[in-house]
Amino acid sequence: MGKHIRTVNANQAILRSTLQGRGCGECQASCQSACKTSCTVGNQVCLKEKKQ
Amino acid sequence: MIHKFIFDDTRMVFDVHSGALHIVDELIWDLLEAYGALPEEELAQSLSGKYLEEDISEALEEIKELTDKNILFSPDPLGGAYKPPGESVVKALCLHLAHDCNLSCRYCFAGQGKFGGAPGLMTAEVGRKALEFLVNSSGERHHLEVDFFGGEPLLNFDVLRMLVDYGRSLGREKGKEIKFTVTTNAILLDGRIGDFLNKNDISVILSIDGRQGVHDAMRPFRDRKGSYDVVVKNIKSFLESRDYRDYYVRGTYTALNTDFSCDVEHLASLGFDNISLEPVVAGEKDHYSLRDSMFSQISSEYEKLTRSILKMTKEGRHINFFHFNIDFEGGPCLPKRMSGCGAGHQYLAVDPPGTLYPCHQFVGREEFVLGDVFTGVRRGDLTRLFRNSHLYRKEGCGQCWAKFHCSGGCHANAVIHNGSIEKPYSPGCLLAKKRLECAMYLAQWKNAPDKS
Repeated sequence: MGKHIRTVNANQAILRSTLQGRGCGECQASCQSACKTSCTVGNQVCLKEKKQ
Repeated sequence: MIHKFIFDDTRMVFDVHSGALHIVDELIWDLLEAYGALPEEELAQSLSGKYLEEDISEALEEIKELTDKNILFSPDPLGGAYKPPGESVVKALCLHLAHDCNLSCRYCFAGQGKFGGAPGLMTAEVGRKALEFLVNSSGERHHLEVDFFGGEPLLNFDVLRMLVDYGRSLGREKGKEIKFTVTTNAILLDGRIGDFLNKNDISVILSIDGRQGVHDAMRPFRDRKGSYDVVVKNIKSFLESRDYRDYYVRGTYTALNTDFSCDVEHLASLGFDNISLEPVVAGEKDHYSLRDSMFSQISSEYEKLTRSILKMTKEGRHINFFHFNIDFEGGPCLPKRMSGCGAGHQYLAVDPPGTLYPCHQFVGREEFVLGDVFTGVRRGDLTRLFRNSHLYRKEGCGQCWAKFHCSGGCHANAVIHNGSIEKPYSPGCLLAKKRLECAMYLAQWKNAPDKS
């Protein structure tokens, strides 16, 4: 944490890294969860990540 | 690409391409206004009347450090281009067990459950074929999903029960795991049905709109009597029987309750922790439809809801509001964020006669019929269209700061309002962005060293 900037998610916030070894599609379809009328993908859980 | 915004005096900077969220002071905020556009010396000079020179140098160092770490001004990891997988597999079905309903909800996009057609229940035979279609179309995918939907699916409970048993045995035989969910208005949710759902680990989405006046105005029985009392009694009794696990209560807000934070608070006061409240999908002529003139007020309402949820959190009550529940430490991978909900290729809907559609929102639209569960998908052109309509094919999405969280939004909303799945419904974009800002504010509070 710097004097002027606090990074909330410094350790995990590299989306680029999720291009490798991911994209398996085992996650939930986003409209099956609770919305049914407004697609939201950012709040879906990655099953691979959950198991680690 | 960065997005700067302020929520209740907290200055936040979101680095779009890495997903990093930074809380910054006023000096950094001011520097970022022109960072990259002006030479550093000139930038420092422009702020020298407001800040000390040494503070400016220090702040510029911090910006450089984060930039070097690729968590500020990070480049697009995909370079603005994406190629989806060549082959489609189906991993989720929305099974319309009943095109009929015991309520007469005024905003029902399903036309009181019938989706513009005749009322009808799905037969066991069609249901079995649908499950076989799913399993046989799922390629290497292990986890599959089936949502029992309607109309009101519990009007066809015997078939639901049979399909869960059949799905389990089919899954064992084919090495698949099928997760079942039910979306219900809770009118028929009695002890017998509740026991079955509990014993079979079936997740449940329970429809309730909030305050009694709001709920009863939009969700009456066919004789126009309100359904609130029956719904609340049944939901409470059911959730107690499963220790309040695996559920969402889900409501719809309309032009008649743009003060919907009160409805979320009401649902929380009833003891419900997992809450989703969604904007109504309606035509412009409907008196309850959300109009452009309301969006500023709706944005303020989401802010009000954020403060309310934060207050409850500080008091020890943890409300999981669906659209604010975003994992900034991980979450979905980039391929998932590019492909969105999967409608039309990974996720399909099946109506009672067994017709396949891209999703529940398209059911009844002849031009979107994909095939049927007996003979499979006939419209490969449509499934390809949906598969290829990823984030970077959608109008305006490549330049949007919220792109990796909304993934281009709802295809159906785009078609309904703009006639093309590649032209997102812009009011939906505004709401998605506001909800994301609120979610970021709550996430930073959870991470803050001082939680006062």
